[in-house]
Amino acid sequence: MPRQFVLEDLDDLCRGAAVLGTGGGGDPYIGGLLAAEAIRKYGPVTLWDLAEVPDDALVVAIGGMGAPTVVIEKIPNGREYLWALEALERHLGRKVDAIIPFEAGGMNSTTPLMVAAERGLPVVDADGMGRAFPELQMETFNVYGVPAAPMAVVNEWGDSVIIEAGSAKMVEWLARGATIRMGGHTAIAEYAMDGATCRRVSVPGTLGLTQIIGRSIREAREQHRDVFTSLIASFASTHYQHARILFSGKISDVSRRTERGFAIGDVRIEGLEPFAGEMLIRVQNENLLALRDGQVRAIVPDLICILDSETGDAITTERVRYGQRVTVLGVSVPPIMRTAEALAIFGPHAFGLDYPFTKIEDLPR
Amino acid sequence: MRIGIDVGGTNTDAVLMDGMEVKSWHKTPTSADVSSGIMAVLRAVMTEGGANPTDITGVMIGTTHFTNAVVERKRLLQVAAIRLGLPATLGLPPMIDWPDDLGSTLGYHRYMIHGGHEFDGRQIAPLNEDELRAAGRDMKKKGLRAGAITSVFSPVNPDMEIRAAEIIAEEVPDVALSLSHQVGRIGFLERENATIMNACLADLATKVVQSFRLALSTLNITAPFYISQNDGTLMTAEYVEKYPVLTFASGPTNSMRGAALLAGVKEAMVVDIGGTTSDVGMLLHGFPRESSVTVEIGGVRTNFRMPDVLAIGLGGGSLVRDNGLRIGPDSVGYELTEKALVFGGDVLTTTDIVVAAGLADIGDRSKVAHLTPELIENAIVTMHRMVDEAVDKMKTSSEPLPVILVGGGAVLMSRGLSSASHILKPPHFSVANAIGAGIAQVGGEVDRVFSLEGLGRDAALAQAKAEAIAKTVAAGARPETVQVTDIEEVPLAYLPSSATRIRVKAVGDLVVTK
Repeated sequence: MPRQFVLEDLDDLCRGAAVLGTGGGGDPYIGGLLAAEAIRKYGPVTLWDLAEVPDDALVVAIGGMGAPTVVIEKIPNGREYLWALEALERHLGRKVDAIIPFEAGGMNSTTPLMVAAERGLPVVDADGMGRAFPELQMETFNVYGVPAAPMAVVNEWGDSVIIEAGSAKMVEWLARGATIRMGGHTAIAEYAMDGATCRRVSVPGTLGLTQIIGRSIREAREQHRDVFTSLIASFASTHYQHARILFSGKISDVSRRTERGFAIGDVRIEGLEPFAGEMLIRVQNENLLALRDGQVRAIVPDLICILDSETGDAITTERVRYGQRVTVLGVSVPPIMRTAEALAIFGPHAFGLDYPFTKIEDLPR
Repeated sequence: MRIGIDVGGTNTDAVLMDGMEVKSWHKTPTSADVSSGIMAVLRAVMTEGGANPTDITGVMIGTTHFTNAVVERKRLLQVAAIRLGLPATLGLPPMIDWPDDLGSTLGYHRYMIHGGHEFDGRQIAPLNEDELRAAGRDMKKKGLRAGAITSVFSPVNPDMEIRAAEIIAEEVPDVALSLSHQVGRIGFLERENATIMNACLADLATKVVQSFRLALSTLNITAPFYISQNDGTLMTAEYVEKYPVLTFASGPTNSMRGAALLAGVKEAMVVDIGGTTSDVGMLLHGFPRESSVTVEIGGVRTNFRMPDVLAIGLGGGSLVRDNGLRIGPDSVGYELTEKALVFGGDVLTTTDIVVAAGLADIGDRSKVAHLTPELIENAIVTMHRMVDEAVDKMKTSSEPLPVILVGGGAVLMSRGLSSASHILKPPHFSVANAIGAGIAQVGGEVDRVFSLEGLGRDAALAQAKAEAIAKTVAAGARPETVQVTDIEEVPLAYLPSSATRIRVKAVGDLVVTK
């Protein structure tokens, strides 16, 4: 049975999407407000499980592209996401039957809901990243053979670019250039596919997962239970099965630099009881690698979430600051994200890290 | 000599200072009409300190008026929220996430206009002056006398806000306009929220500043007066009339700065123990470390510069239970003088414990003679453990730091703390707030996205620093005392390596002339 996504579900989704963002993907606050406006105006959104997507349905991935720091200042028009969908529909000569988020972590968990509410389309409860990643080729859609092109890139005026290119990496490169010309943030529609393909290439149940995570944090706080114990139990009930506290302490140093257009940095955390020693987290928009006293404790694509030790809320990369008290949670990702093909696209080597991927459940605590 | 005043919800405190030395101090209940309470403390400190009105070179005031007005939704104006940014920003109109009682009080008058800038300084759209004039005419028709103008990326380029203010002022004579680039930093909704709140305080700001002026002139004090803002720096009275919102939450900052002066240290942890709670915050270079999370005021999201303060439920009125093993978080609060045992009441409080232990002489000691040594010892150990844990949580390194105790409840602490290198309980600790106001400096801040391409990082940083220093001097600092206190760089992810957000803060001593 398709589920209905109602206004009251949004807070949990946003809170959970920030956790799944592992530092990147942008603060879901603004995306959450936009989706709330749309649901208030047009009503609830139907969510399809992957199993409910008809074979011949046309499914398109929707979201925003660009710098989170731009979005917090240049608030979207709100219509550009719908215009991106329409631009791609005009190009394809066909109406879309369902929308899928390309990135469930961060702000892009919410923009598909906004478009779906207005158009009365269902949203597929799945995505192409299973978390947040910095580039558009880092999608299970691409890993398992769906072309990213044709792609529509649209700004707040409704100006649009249609990109046709041979590889997802080239699509990413061209779209990035267009996005900068358009002011640093755009709405995009890409990875058009049929329902049967969508079922094969998507990370299942990730919108539902964000709701479970968000609810887990909220309820633990309301009932004065330990947030992290609650989160670990909640993850264990999902396909993101293995969650554990990697470290807890105070941020003792944040160093940032820019390479190849990415915010690259190291976050150092000094242990607080019962943890001693130091954890170093390598960041490239998202948290990619957690080293404890030089030993790997979790590595991309498994999730490394920096959470506020008091509230359990995720802290995005832009907001990580010296002196914060944080708890680092490591979480396993589903098998579809850990195959050799997937790791070639978004494993450690794709980010220039000289460490092999090792599953978090196989690493020492 | 200068005078520092702290106008709190309950008490108005004042100190008379000669340089950095406290000559006299006084506490009095806050009066309903601001002037008479201030006049009372001013007279008292001048008499006790043997000062004439002509000896006073400056008066610095910390006040909670404006925060309280927003929290209580009282004495606020209706506001025209004017936004420059279309076709961007349309998705989330002004006051989108506000509590409805406050939004309704301000009237939800929204005007969205084409304009605004991109991160790199290009225009999103040219400023649409026809739309602005139409907005102005509508404001006039509705009788709106206050407006808040917020333009996209105005911290990068404020020109459109300035031009829009000229146009609105032509259409609506005597309008009070608040411009967002004067109020906040990057983060559109939070900056716009703060600017709208500022606008709604326009009348109150004039009245409060007038009553301060009246109090001073009645006492023949002709020295200039200043009001402290949330980052521990001062604003002139004229600036507060325009930007009252910048006084929000100046209280904790003043008490921490006062503690730094009294104790003579710049790197320390400050524990301000009141009647119900203790605030723990860290001093870096003599200024409070700022909070990095968004702060809600009266239910509205803002990005003000606020000190990072941890509040724990320990104060002079906290209840003592379980043979001294459990303390607070509940407190008898302002009813201490009726309910505590030493005042003849029937509630065992932390104050009773320190009296019974012979550490303080408050009330009637015979009324706590029956407390067992075990209970007293347990309670003292528990209080110290609570403060110790809070201090440890707030520390950014395991190095022991000095801990400065201030506030009326500081008598609760009599022993060492394992988290502290040593404990400082300076004289005049109960009026640290007013002292903090009295020694406040002036500051300037730059928060902008710099394009490093061509310019280079070093040149961009140098430019940002020079601008922050120039702003500080413009705000009234002695140039030779100005120093840069904080630099933060955040590269903009997903954009070419050239774009970096740089924030620089500078402070300096106020020029005080007779």
